[in-house]
Amino acid sequence: MSRLTPENEAIAREIISRYPKPKSALIPLLHLSQEQNGHVTDEAMVHLAELVDVTPAEVIGTCTFYEMFKREPVGRYVVNICTNIAFQLLGAEELLHHAEHRLGIKAGNTTPDGLFTIEDVECVAACTEAPCLTVNYRYFYKVDGEDFDAIVEDLRNGRQPTRKAAETGPDGAIPSHGTLALERQHIPADRAAGNADPDSAPAPVWLEQQA
Amino acid sequence: MTAPIVKVVTSRFDIEDAHTLAVYERTGGYEGLRKALTMSPTAVHDEVKAATLLGRGGAGFPAGVKWGFCPPGVWPRYLVVNGDESEPGTYKDRLLMERDPHQLIEGCLIACYAAGLSQCFLYIRGEMALAQTRVARALNEAYAAGYVGRNVLGTNFSVDIVLHWGAGAYIVGEETALIESLEGNRGMPRLKPPYFPAAIGLYGKPTIVNNVETLSNLGWILRNGSDAYKQYGSESSPGTRMFAISGHVKRPGVYEVQHGITTFRDLFYDEQFCGGIRHDHQLKMFIPGGGSSPWFFEEQLDLPLEARPVGGAGSMLGSGAIVVMDETTDAVKACLRVVRFYARESCGKCTPCREGTNWLETILQRIYDGHGRPSDIDMLLDVGDNISPGPYPSAGWEAEGLAAVPFPPRQTTICPLGPSAVAPVTSALRRFRPEFEAKIRRRAVNIPLRVEESAHV
Ligand SMILES: Cc1cc2nc3c(=O)[nH]c(=O)nc-3n(C[C@H](O)[C@H](O)[C@H](O)COP(=O)(O)O)c2cc1C
Ligand code: SF4
Ligand code: FES
Repeated sequence: MSRLTPENEAIAREIISRYPKPKSALIPLLHLSQEQNGHVTDEAMVHLAELVDVTPAEVIGTCTFYEMFKREPVGRYVVNICTNIAFQLLGAEELLHHAEHRLGIKAGNTTPDGLFTIEDVECVAACTEAPCLTVNYRYFYKVDGEDFDAIVEDLRNGRQPTRKAAETGPDGAIPSHGTLALERQHIPADRAAGNADPDSAPAPVWLEQQA
Repeated sequence: MTAPIVKVVTSRFDIEDAHTLAVYERTGGYEGLRKALTMSPTAVHDEVKAATLLGRGGAGFPAGVKWGFCPPGVWPRYLVVNGDESEPGTYKDRLLMERDPHQLIEGCLIACYAAGLSQCFLYIRGEMALAQTRVARALNEAYAAGYVGRNVLGTNFSVDIVLHWGAGAYIVGEETALIESLEGNRGMPRLKPPYFPAAIGLYGKPTIVNNVETLSNLGWILRNGSDAYKQYGSESSPGTRMFAISGHVKRPGVYEVQHGITTFRDLFYDEQFCGGIRHDHQLKMFIPGGGSSPWFFEEQLDLPLEARPVGGAGSMLGSGAIVVMDETTDAVKACLRVVRFYARESCGKCTPCREGTNWLETILQRIYDGHGRPSDIDMLLDVGDNISPGPYPSAGWEAEGLAAVPFPPRQTTICPLGPSAVAPVTSALRRFRPEFEAKIRRRAVNIPLRVEESAHV
């Protein structure tokens, strides 16, 4: 269950093929494993090490540098509240306290039912929409306590929250934790220009012609 | 008089479904690329140089000049697009990727054609799921339509644009850390020199790193020409620029304005922008260019949004991120919050930053909590001096006879993140020292909120 499934392994191989060096695919592949399992497991990292031809220790080294990779299970919905300066000025800490009280957990923890994790995070590039939160990296703008309660209620009941959602169309749908983009890049074989091999790629032909 | 509004990069923001290829093509999309492909790569490069397109990622270096730094005869060259936007207060690149992804793709293609870049990696911040979705879809559409990939629009120009995404680390926005991250490593900045990855970058090969907004200008510049571009803005900073104005203004927002001629006062008080300070309060201070920039005050309001005067006045335009704070703001608290960011985000590679940012946070926290000691103020300045040997850039203060210390700061560190943590400390201490002293003197302990229910921890 923790190694990539055959379908995901095929996706992984396609991602790897887009880079001149396989290790470059590591972060996207860690995301893929997190999408499959909800968090990054040790077995998954061993599998990724095989796929990109590095040691498992190198995979752990990369994985542990980045905040989005969770090495323990987290909630189905990870609620991130930005408390950085532009938001602190307009009530972000109050919103965070409200969220902690409402869910009965401190930031950094998960509710016992495994539904929600709250995180106190840094600037999420929505600075003019204070205060704001994201649920599995989907944005909700200008959120107050009441909005927070409504969003949580909707998610508990399996509904797509729309109150204060920045994107209410299909592109804004909230999948469970681990899934980021709802669409993957796919380069058709007959359209691909091909990787530029750092050790052997020649000068670009469109420049040559000019000379 | 406020300069008239001109839209270069945000022209499609109000158009429904502008993120789709159909709408993009209907609104002049890919015309810049078509035009470029009828010109020689050198002519395209010259056009961009003539436009003096300044980088929008923070350092403000002219894109055309940077492209010229690739050593001749060394192949391949790569393009890495910096879409890691995470500087506190910065909010523009995410909008450009979500709402107009084809405009960015067109810019990438023009850059690759002009500078002879053989492969492009478009690095989007990990947390930006919608931007990743929109750019992935736009790339799929663009490949199918023949704009990207092998033999672009039937010419001999071929390049792949590969969507890459991060996983949460501010420091990865620094260009050499971005490259490390793209190689699958921990995102730590590389030692300088070389100062530009154009010499040695991705996989040790020449690499151009450009910001999303920078590249988003290229389609327009090629379509309309550099002369048209230079009609807007000032001579040394032509065109437009996006600014996010957040905090205590009546209408916070992201505004595209003419570069170099619009002033901070226009942005904050003009009715077509923010419309004044909230509740008509007094302005206390503002951060002019993202969390890393030294603070400005009332006296700096009439400065134009242009790199040189802002740098001379002791700060930087940085990433177009302005945070406005009114008279009710607690300077110690604001300073602590910004410093905490850098302490959290320090990558730990060099000692002055790793240790220093944490000490700055610890000392500020105890002052804020009412446990400060009289020696703490000097200690803050001393720790700051170890990261960035003073005098640290800061705004002038005429009433007190203090002259501005121009940008940039010096550094004992590998990258500018460490010195960034010193900006709020020296800014706040220079201007609001009595607030720190009062907290230390009163030793008023901040009682945490009452806990109503027991918490699961
Ligand atoms: C700590 C740090 C963080 C940075 N973060 C970003 C960022 O998120 N986005 C960005 O475009 N540039 C960022 N930069 C600037 C980049 O290093 C680089 O100068 C820029 O991407 C170059 O693009 P431009 O010339 O088009 O501006 C950062 C720099 C530092 C030192
Ligand atoms: S200054 Fe800080 S973030 Fe930059 S390399 Fe040193 S430790 Fe890392
Ligand atoms: S400060 Fe919260 S999103 Fe920027």
